[in-house]
Amino acid sequence: MALETLQIEHVPSDHHVYAALFRHVQNVDFLQAQLIGKNPEFEYAFIDASVLISRTHLFAAIFRALNTLTEGTLQTPNVHSDIVIGLSPTNNISESYRRYGLTPSKTRDVLVIKIVYPKLSCENSTISSSEQQQTPESIWQHLTAHIQGTPTPLTDEELAKSTDWAKVRKYYKLNGVPGVERIDKVDEAGRRREMEGLVVSGIALRGL
Amino acid sequence: MPFPANVPLHPSQLQTTEANGKQKFAKINNHHHNSTRNHITDSDRTFKPAQNPENTITKLMDTSPQSPPTKKRKMATDTIAAAAPAAIEDQQEHQFPLPTILTHPSATPPILITQGAEGRLYKTTFFSPNIPCALKYRPPKPYRHPILDARLTKARLAFEAKVLERCRREGVPVPAVYAQNAAAGWIAVEWIEGAPVRVKINEWLGQRPRNEEEEKEADAKEKGPLVELMKRIGAAIAGLHRTGVVHGDLTTSNMMLRPPAKSTTDQGKETNGVNGVGSEEAQEKAKLLEGDVVIIDFGLANQSQSDEDRATDLYVLERAFASTHPRAENLFEHLLESYKQTFGKKGVSVLHKLEDVRMRGRKRSMIG
Ligand SMILES: Nc1ncnc2c1ncn2[C@@H]1O[C@H](COP(=O)(O)OP(=O)(O)OP(=O)(O)O)[C@@H](O)[C@H]1O
Ligand SMILES: [Mg+2]
Repeated sequence: MALETLQIEHVPSDHHVYAALFRHVQNVDFLQAQLIGKNPEFEYAFIDASVLISRTHLFAAIFRALNTLTEGTLQTPNVHSDIVIGLSPTNNISESYRRYGLTPSKTRDVLVIKIVYPKLSCENSTISSSEQQQTPESIWQHLTAHIQGTPTPLTDEELAKSTDWAKVRKYYKLNGVPGVERIDKVDEAGRRREMEGLVVSGIALRGL
Repeated sequence: MPFPANVPLHPSQLQTTEANGKQKFAKINNHHHNSTRNHITDSDRTFKPAQNPENTITKLMDTSPQSPPTKKRKMATDTIAAAAPAAIEDQQEHQFPLPTILTHPSATPPILITQGAEGRLYKTTFFSPNIPCALKYRPPKPYRHPILDARLTKARLAFEAKVLERCRREGVPVPAVYAQNAAAGWIAVEWIEGAPVRVKINEWLGQRPRNEEEEKEADAKEKGPLVELMKRIGAAIAGLHRTGVVHGDLTTSNMMLRPPAKSTTDQGKETNGVNGVGSEEAQEKAKLLEGDVVIIDFGLANQSQSDEDRATDLYVLERAFASTHPRAENLFEHLLESYKQTFGKKGVSVLHKLEDVRMRGRKRSMIG
């Protein structure tokens, strides 16, 4: 197991996207505390994996955040927190953190994203120099040193195992939607594919 | 069901009424001979290399979609320059600079599908190399005031994206939205396999006897598949109208016919044939028109529940259909009948209105 480098179509080549999935994470409260304390060593997107349905779902949120980063229109302090709120189809930022981010004593499986990109000096980030030197190896080392959980391959199959569909349906307003209901109940895969399409559209359209 | 309250003004509301009126008028009178469009070829899904410089480049590069993306990921322009110095000249001559989004790496280079008056449509991939997508780009218009232009483009694309999402939720078959940057002038939507209905119908008609006598003799059974397609189109439009959206530019180019997904049940279908047609050739032909009708291109769509607007949608399609497929003009009634069946009471009053709209159309063409 190691950190995966995500290849997302049409992302600038100097923006690197790394990801890892940890199951049964024991120290969610510690990780959450680092985020709240704005510990610069923990500039990650920590996502509660139970709200994710697939890699495509995840990619949609990452793509959106990278797009706002390059446009200079981030809605939160950094691209990592923008990935977390990027999952949301609504504009309520604190609710988005609650829903898609970590919840101590509730979150079990954690999806971590790390973006490494050339920061302009005018961005005035205190960690910009150390950031430049981050490699997949150093990131992986840091993650495994601080996350008490089981590294798991980030596949669609693994993600599907922990998807909480009741939550997904609620958060993305998919209950009783005609576009889903018209698909035969027996065709579970078809219904899920349709829901994935609506989830991705919801992410893409927020704020329009 | 109304749109959410935060929906901004529809682009048409940003324009002066005069300009808007002109645009609509021009659309209705011209669109059926495609004067503003430059479709690459009638069978625009075959990507004939000779007619598509980008495709030549693809060939030269020999990028197979299966190749590992990590190795092949490069700036599209880099790759082209490295692979074929001659091709890049070609590209500069015949092509337009890519929108910024498409200059970023992807597993296979984007392909220009159409260049219209309003914008360009590229086939590319989104999120992953195995997800094809249609990216619509509206470049800035040099003759329009830059701030107004940017505002209009953004509002238009935003509205188009919202209409697509709404339709999708309501179960009207349209492409899903993958991503958008309306301010930068693009939206990326699901790629619909198959071909425009226009292409499929012409292909199907092309296989039929051309003689007018024979045409008339062709029995209902023989025209069956086309009649069935007309009915599916009518039902799709009724579904669209029911959601409170009118399309604004209904033509057989703005509908895709997506062939049914290959599955094990196809085997059974093949042996039974469609409509019990016997010969292998007839079965192949019948299959040509199988599949779901997916409505695309909501660039001129509007929110409306009025009979008048709905009837105008049908009228625009009727006129376009008659000029694009004169040999099948007489089948249009099946589309209308199915529209009525699907839409119920409201359908009846829309069709009633359609008669008024036709009348006015005729008067106008007599004057003009
Ligand atoms: N989602 C899609 N999947 C597959 N092919 C598509 C899709 N969208 C468009 N196309 C192809 O590209 C052509 C042009 O697309 P579209 O009608 O959306 O653009 P346009 O007519 O230039 O738009 P506009 O009228 O807004 O300027 C279609 O006729 C079709 O062949
Ligand atoms: Mg079109």
